[in-house]
Amino acid sequence: MVTGGLATNGAATNGLATQEVARASEARTSETRTSEARTSETRTGPASGSAQPAPITLAKALNLGLHAAMAADPKVIVMGEDVGTLGGVFRVTDGLQREFGEARVIDTPLAESAIVGTAIGLAMRGYRPVCEIQFDGFVYPAFDQIVSQLAKLHYRSAGRIRLPVTIRIPFGGGIGAVEHHSESPEAYFCHTAGLKVVACSNPHDAHHMIQQAIRSDDPVIFLEPKRRYWEKAVVDPRPLPDLVTGSVDAVDAAGAAVGLHRSVVVRAGTDATLVGYGPTVRTCLDAAEVSAADDDRSLEVIDLRSLSPLDLGPVLESVRRTGRLVVVHEAPSNVSVSAEVAARVTEAAFYSLEAPVLRVTGFDTPYPPARIEDHYLPDIDRILDAVDRSFAF
Amino acid sequence: MLSVTELMQLLTPGGRRITVASEAMSPAADDPPVDVAASDPRPEIGEPSAVDLDLPALVADLTPADLVGFYRDMVLVRRFDEEATSLQRQGELGLWASLRGQEAAQVGSGRALGIHDMAFPSYREHGVAWCRGVDPAAILGIFRGTSLGGWDPDEHGFALYSIVVGAQTLHAAGYAMGMSRDHSTGAAIVYFGDGASSEGDVNEAFGWAGVFGAPLVFFCQNNQWAISEPARRQSRTEIFHRASGFGFPSVRVDGNDVLACLAVTRWALATARAGHGPVLVEALTYRMGAHTTADDPTRYQASEQLERWRRLDPLDRLRTHLAAAGHLDGQREQRLALEADALAHDLRVRCRALPDPDPAMLFDHVQVTDNALVTAQRAAFVAARAGSADGRDVAGGGAGADGSGVGAREGTVVAGERRGSGATW
Repeated sequence: MVTGGLATNGAATNGLATQEVARASEARTSETRTSEARTSETRTGPASGSAQPAPITLAKALNLGLHAAMAADPKVIVMGEDVGTLGGVFRVTDGLQREFGEARVIDTPLAESAIVGTAIGLAMRGYRPVCEIQFDGFVYPAFDQIVSQLAKLHYRSAGRIRLPVTIRIPFGGGIGAVEHHSESPEAYFCHTAGLKVVACSNPHDAHHMIQQAIRSDDPVIFLEPKRRYWEKAVVDPRPLPDLVTGSVDAVDAAGAAVGLHRSVVVRAGTDATLVGYGPTVRTCLDAAEVSAADDDRSLEVIDLRSLSPLDLGPVLESVRRTGRLVVVHEAPSNVSVSAEVAARVTEAAFYSLEAPVLRVTGFDTPYPPARIEDHYLPDIDRILDAVDRSFAF
Repeated sequence: MLSVTELMQLLTPGGRRITVASEAMSPAADDPPVDVAASDPRPEIGEPSAVDLDLPALVADLTPADLVGFYRDMVLVRRFDEEATSLQRQGELGLWASLRGQEAAQVGSGRALGIHDMAFPSYREHGVAWCRGVDPAAILGIFRGTSLGGWDPDEHGFALYSIVVGAQTLHAAGYAMGMSRDHSTGAAIVYFGDGASSEGDVNEAFGWAGVFGAPLVFFCQNNQWAISEPARRQSRTEIFHRASGFGFPSVRVDGNDVLACLAVTRWALATARAGHGPVLVEALTYRMGAHTTADDPTRYQASEQLERWRRLDPLDRLRTHLAAAGHLDGQREQRLALEADALAHDLRVRCRALPDPDPAMLFDHVQVTDNALVTAQRAAFVAARAGSADGRDVAGGGAGADGSGVGAREGTVVAGERRGSGATW
């Protein structure tokens, strides 16, 4: 369990929280696409001990993480639609095929079920596939292979078969896209035993979490907040939880990276707790900044990072101090991650709560046309309104 | 016939309108309509005949002892299948999917496999499992409900049964890709049925294996029935014709002829192993029993059809041949019958002795790495059972914080809160 708060004692260590705060006021405008930073050390990441490394985009951080994972293990292969020559529609796999060849970065037929199904077969053969599903709304053709096969073969085989398959899915809205390109399907996968589900929210985590996911011997659904692909931050060579705990890339007895499934306090506060993941961590940080300036409230912000399994330790620790909790995600509310967080926090910290756990989510509608998606997506106003309601309770 | 270098056309690149049908075709100008990378070895598309394959030569090496061995395989597998059906009728199995009628297709193809080959079954491949050395009792365990898998796929070159129809074809395609990357001398074979041929996964596997030239044999046992739906409900064309559209060769074989099944599978595996990509084999056979013991085929199956296929019984055919050739006398047949009875008796005893798993086993192997939620639920479950053993009724107590609903009724106060005993985060 990670208990430390970056903003209280970690900001000086890696600068992440400082940057998050500094960027808060310009966040809405920063969502427009910016050109990628091309720095001399982008292949290997910023070297520690050097001068302040340049910030890189979340997409580039993923790209470098994939590169590192492929360089570290020849069994790692990247497969998906347009991931090779094109480098992915978001350029996350840019340059990987040039570096590692067509045999390890595979442009596949347009067949999502086959992408996952053949990845299962490759994993049975000892490979470590990293599948890209091009957009969230295109994962459903692969649903059976993910839910009935990938998630269950380890159990079915009584532990004989391991399927270290990572499925990368750009998820969430806010990019003005056409239908099926803005969805948040995480609850389907969190509901399925045998899968691990994580969501990165910033370049630093993206860089490390993708490598940890690939190293995991369990299948991992890796959700990438597509509207944050172009946000920049400095990537520290050390994973975030390790910065907090002081350990170096901690692994458990099975050799799995412990840090992948930890939630982290990304802004310390005392009055109420905001919980988000993926794209809404940024929104929560922005809301906390506005709340501090306008309402003189100190909101703590926690990035869940791992949606299954959940690491609610930091959330409980926070709620026991603040007594108020608002959970924020883009997915609809019904039977969602926030529902699970609310239920478990209520069970475990009932007497610490000063108000019911409140939720700010996408509506229980299909994802709307892009011109009105801002009304669907949780924003600062809706979050702060929920905070007001919590205090008014 | 239109070749891939010709295009139907009504306006030429120069803008001329074509009005005569025989001229409405042009050689492709700059880009071929089908873009096949030059480095890819072009698969040999087509439907070779028995003459093309020289089918007899493919099994010319077989000795009389080999043939008797195939007969023994089929007799024992059928006896196993009959015993399993009886066990289900007597309540020892929850369900059984009989392979009756498909013994030749399964033994013929199964005996073509080498130690470096990998087979991906559906859920009716008991005869292939037999050929791969899987303990039949392990299969009974699946249908009894004591396990979901039961054998080591790597040890036997035989993947776990796959119940979602057609899903295993993609696993096989991926595995075969891996085999070629590893420069394996083997190939993969995947079993599916006429019903599965309609599934998207099977068609994706066809395309995928073709594009990547995977060393994979698609072995379709067309047993004419997908539960109640006849094969003609699955496809307007014969199933084996589909391969040409995906760019690889195919054959149709008499699925009740163990020698022909062995021969074509040998050829198909050799083609795949040689790097020529996938092959589709359609083995035309007949499901002589019900879909499973839960099915009632009298509602949809004409008795005349079943009777006609009974006369084509795969065991009878080989027995008649062996007897006429003097390779199978009454004494040998009697010994074989005794062996079959002994096998059945042994399986019956072992099936009934299969223990129910320890209930806490339901938490085993959910994931490789620890999952705190499952760990907490297991602890609460074990504690609740221990409590029940002590005579305390705790199973209906308040929900633990793990969400399992099996926490202790009385919580303890920790840090100012009342917490269930299962509150491990």
